[in-house]
Amino acid sequence: MTRFVLKRLAGMALVLFAVSVIVFLIFNVIPNSDPAQRMAGKNATPQLVEAITEEWGFDEPLPVQYAKTMKLIFTGGLVSYSDGTDVDERILEGIPATLSLAIGAAVIWVVLGIAFGYLAAVRAGRFTDRALTVLATIGISMPVFWLGAVLLYFLTYEVELFPNGGYVPLTEDPLDWAYHLVLPWVTVAALYVGLYSRALRANMLDAMHADHVEAARAKGLPEGQVMRRHVLRNSLIPTVTLFGLDFGAAVGGSALLTETIFSLHGVGQYAIESTLGLDLPPIMGVTLYAAFFVVLFNALVDIAYAYLDPRVRLGSSAP
Amino acid sequence: MSRGPAALAWRRLRGNRVALAAAVLFALIVAFCLAAPLWSSGVAGTGPNEPHTVEKIVVDGQEREVVSPDGTPIGPVWLGASGKFFLGADGRLGRDEMVRLMYGGRTSLIVGLSAALLATLLAVAAALLAGYYRGKVDAAIARGLDLAWSFPVLLLGIALGSALAVGGLKLGPVEIESGSLLLPILIIGLAYTPYVARPLRGEVLALREQEFVEAAVSQGTGPARLMLRELLPNLWSTIVVFFTLVAAQSLLLEAALSFVGIGVQAPDPSWGAMISSGFALIYTSPLLTVLPGLMILLTVLSLNVLGDALRDALDPRSQAQLEIHTGSYEPELEVAAP
Repeated sequence: MTRFVLKRLAGMALVLFAVSVIVFLIFNVIPNSDPAQRMAGKNATPQLVEAITEEWGFDEPLPVQYAKTMKLIFTGGLVSYSDGTDVDERILEGIPATLSLAIGAAVIWVVLGIAFGYLAAVRAGRFTDRALTVLATIGISMPVFWLGAVLLYFLTYEVELFPNGGYVPLTEDPLDWAYHLVLPWVTVAALYVGLYSRALRANMLDAMHADHVEAARAKGLPEGQVMRRHVLRNSLIPTVTLFGLDFGAAVGGSALLTETIFSLHGVGQYAIESTLGLDLPPIMGVTLYAAFFVVLFNALVDIAYAYLDPRVRLGSSAP
Repeated sequence: MSRGPAALAWRRLRGNRVALAAAVLFALIVAFCLAAPLWSSGVAGTGPNEPHTVEKIVVDGQEREVVSPDGTPIGPVWLGASGKFFLGADGRLGRDEMVRLMYGGRTSLIVGLSAALLATLLAVAAALLAGYYRGKVDAAIARGLDLAWSFPVLLLGIALGSALAVGGLKLGPVEIESGSLLLPILIIGLAYTPYVARPLRGEVLALREQEFVEAAVSQGTGPARLMLRELLPNLWSTIVVFFTLVAAQSLLLEAALSFVGIGVQAPDPSWGAMISSGFALIYTSPLLTVLPGLMILLTVLSLNVLGDALRDALDPRSQAQLEIHTGSYEPELEVAAP
């Protein structure tokens, strides 16, 4: 187990390095314009551009540029040249809202995804299954932010059921925190409920006629128990594996625009606002940190998985 | 020869009424978008980017302002002004929403489908190279694809889009200026390539082990011929399915990128950009947000349903699934036994 953990962590370090190189390439190398000018943003004075060129090493060879850029990012020297704020500080400020959104949404999508997928599989071919399948397909076909906008209009304005956006810290008032987050949670979860229920339904239908399931039926186990103990449990394994990847993707993906729609002032909204103003340093910071988070989270999930399933760490079924 | 696999697949597809409905829906949407110039010049008498801020129109015999003094655009007047402002105006500029919806759809579809095509082409090339050469080439390609996994698609799109928004791209001989439609196509295509390439690579690796490939190799078939004439034909069904599903995802990503201003550039409309401008007026004119989103939903829905149906029809045993947002994929792609 220790060997597996060490190997996995070493692999992770390599990936993190590669990720940072990619981010560096995206922002500093492939765009066809003066990088200092772009970094400087809208209030670019010649002096500022010159200072940025110096600080980031834009007039130096690429490896030096890379080293200087990473030093800036990891020593907290990344600032937005448009409004002068510190990027790391702004990201740290946004993390509670972003995590509140992602964790709450994840709870909803796992519970509903499993419930709907199970129901559809048990009722395969019947009305419940068809209705759920239609809903799931619609769920994965909507632009996430659009769903947020529509919910915002109908449920906070037409019918004043929920507060009109904004974030209340959990420590301030847990009830109000949840009340403000219901719509954003539903928005982010809708897509994943669709994905999970579809995947689980397909997995369960495949597993329904496996030998061990037939054996369980043959020995006279009630159908409900066969489903829950033998079909559902085995079909959940791939779903649970997905979850590690999805959670990371949700934090750095669908949460971005949802935060903006509901003005939650999280990391995502910070990134989007910076995008609208083409303020590059914050986008660079958020991209790098989010990718790091995804890599780290995946490594942790892999390690947890290896702990639970010895086959993984012994390499007999290398993922 | 009896019925070929294509004929069999076609028969299965034809028997699937849901799939047919999806195909008809998609065809209708394409027709709607293609009809943009006709509606624009024949009925509405205005282009997608023409402002009508201070103009007045006669609706059912009453004179009304296109944009009221407080900036609220006129709502749908249906045929009240003989087709002008059928769906109302789009905001302070007073552009014809119906015309923009049609032209915006053209842009969205062009970007989405081209990006899907690009992603598929790149993915097929990567999968063939990795699967044919195996060893180091495969390891390099597979690592590269794994790496792309670390970036949530939307964030990768936003990073590329904002970095390239000023000045465009210059990568070796390739130069694309900013504001060009090629830019979102390239960004979206690149972002989705790994999600198609990974399952395809697995399939090629499995095919590579089969006897017919060994036979071709022992006959002295060269690499290019082997890849294109022996391996590629066996990938078609997977390629078709993935193209459809990626097209759906590309439309969604285009919408998201345009929503944050780095996809299709103003003043040109696209459904995503229209949601963005409509959202600013959500409390006074909610239709401006709802309509373009509904168009995206219908288009993506029809493509998703069609993709699922194509998968079932082409290879009923295939498990090929595209799970873009989840950053996951179904590794066990069954390959039909020869």
